[in-house]
Amino acid sequence: MSTLVLLLVTGLGLGALYFLVASGLSLIYGLMGVLNFAHGSFLTVGAFIGWEVSRRLSDGSWWALVAAMLVGALVGALAAAATEFFLIRRLYNRHIEQVLVTVGLALATVALFEGIWGTDPTYVTSPAWLAQTTEILGARIPNNRFLLIALAVLVLVTIVGFLRFTRYGLIIRAGVENRTMVTALGIDVRRAFTVVFAIGGAAAGLGGVLASIYYGYVSAHIGSSLLIFAFIVTVIGGLGSLGGAAIASVLVAVLQQFANFYLGGTGDLAVVLALAAVLLVRPRGLLGAKGSTA
Amino acid sequence: MTDPIRTESPRTESIRTEPARTEPILRVRNLYGRIAGQQVVEDVSFDVPGTGVTALLGRNGVGKTSTIRSILGLIERTGEVTFAGSRVDRLPTHRIVQRGVGYVPEDREVFAKLTVTENLRLAERDAHPNRALVEALFPDLVQRRAQLAGTLSGGQQQMVSLARALLNTNRLLLVDEPTKGLSPKIVGEVTEALLAAAATVPILLVEQNLQVIRRLADRVVVLSGGRVVFTGDAADLLDDPELIQRYLGVHSGADPADTTTDAAVPA
Repeated sequence: MSTLVLLLVTGLGLGALYFLVASGLSLIYGLMGVLNFAHGSFLTVGAFIGWEVSRRLSDGSWWALVAAMLVGALVGALAAAATEFFLIRRLYNRHIEQVLVTVGLALATVALFEGIWGTDPTYVTSPAWLAQTTEILGARIPNNRFLLIALAVLVLVTIVGFLRFTRYGLIIRAGVENRTMVTALGIDVRRAFTVVFAIGGAAAGLGGVLASIYYGYVSAHIGSSLLIFAFIVTVIGGLGSLGGAAIASVLVAVLQQFANFYLGGTGDLAVVLALAAVLLVRPRGLLGAKGSTA
Repeated sequence: MTDPIRTESPRTESIRTEPARTEPILRVRNLYGRIAGQQVVEDVSFDVPGTGVTALLGRNGVGKTSTIRSILGLIERTGEVTFAGSRVDRLPTHRIVQRGVGYVPEDREVFAKLTVTENLRLAERDAHPNRALVEALFPDLVQRRAQLAGTLSGGQQQMVSLARALLNTNRLLLVDEPTKGLSPKIVGEVTEALLAAAATVPILLVEQNLQVIRRLADRVVVLSGGRVVFTGDAADLLDDPELIQRYLGVHSGADPADTTTDAAVPA
């Protein structure tokens, strides 16, 4: 029983990280049809700079952690908005070029991060409570899992609220359905593109800081390794569906944890098989739209 | 109820007695349009006067919808498009629309996953959108304001699409096949709404239903093979069964076999 609980909560914590990356990927693809392979770099740069700031403030205190998360989100948002503005904007509806640019940016930025911060993991110091455990139904759960889950839920609620109750949110939801018709109503949908990139980048940057708490370190590859699973989550959830991304994040991460424990470390394989099964049975994903606006 | 087709045609009269003194609201010159490299609009030139309804006609597939979409920059185009005295052919779509163009697309294109209210809010460009007018024209939409547009009937979706264009104070409406696939009753309602709109704003209308054209159009522009082959008063075309047969490929409406294209318009 305690193992079950531990696997479940750890899966939820990992799912929270997947969601923070996948939410941006899904929104960006849904609105613009852009497969953003550089999304992992927003996460990594958010993590590195977030911790740089935190370290200079006060190592291991709560408010330094809060600063790291805010700075990480801000840096992620800026990096994403700049990517959209300077690179992607010129390439709308040119999908091959978009893939080339974002893959190139991902490779180049990983090399850049290695150049700046080195190839070895940089260990981070978070508040002591996060490294302790809490016992639930006999399972000793690392406290950082609760932080991850709570913040991912907060991000989900915030993005859903933004999409539902703001004018930009309305434009984004309409644009995911039919971008052309949004422009034909006199709306400059490109501004919404930048906003969506910034939101996705902020979630990824925050995810970077949280991922380094989860793993205990930051490295230049932390984003790209999470990105692979975030893409799988996005496809399983349905490209363009935020709710689908949330559900699929949890399913994928929990499945991964259970397969790793009970089936001899086959978590990654199980996830890929789940992806194949979803693509065979329901190619547009769990909550994906019927038509694509891409 | 009177027969709307013949007895009430003062609009045609008025256009004859008052020839277009004003500048055309829209001038199209040598417009070419391409979709995926294929030429769909070829050297099209015509004017839309500042009042009344100009119908853009022609057989299926001659490029009527593509002409409208080229004017709006929704497809790749070259040529001159002058709207309200200034060139707009190099502007992106949203800029053209912001200058006062309302667009009612073919197949309505409502946002299926947004509610009726959200569809309308999205379309509001003016600081004081004309909600009262829209609510008076389409009381059905008021009752269904919280319903997702995708769950509406075709006729109700067309009302949402029309309402989106009528909410703002426009200087031109581009209306593409507003009665396509609708029941005769709804065709009548849509026609009346357009007639009411035409009193305040010029309309460029693409339409297949001859009865609707007769009811609404003051002038006609006929396309064939992507080019303009006839321009003139609506009556000149519509009173000539031979021209109708030649340009539109349908009979004038006397033949009961024509009910598909010439469906009745209840008034």
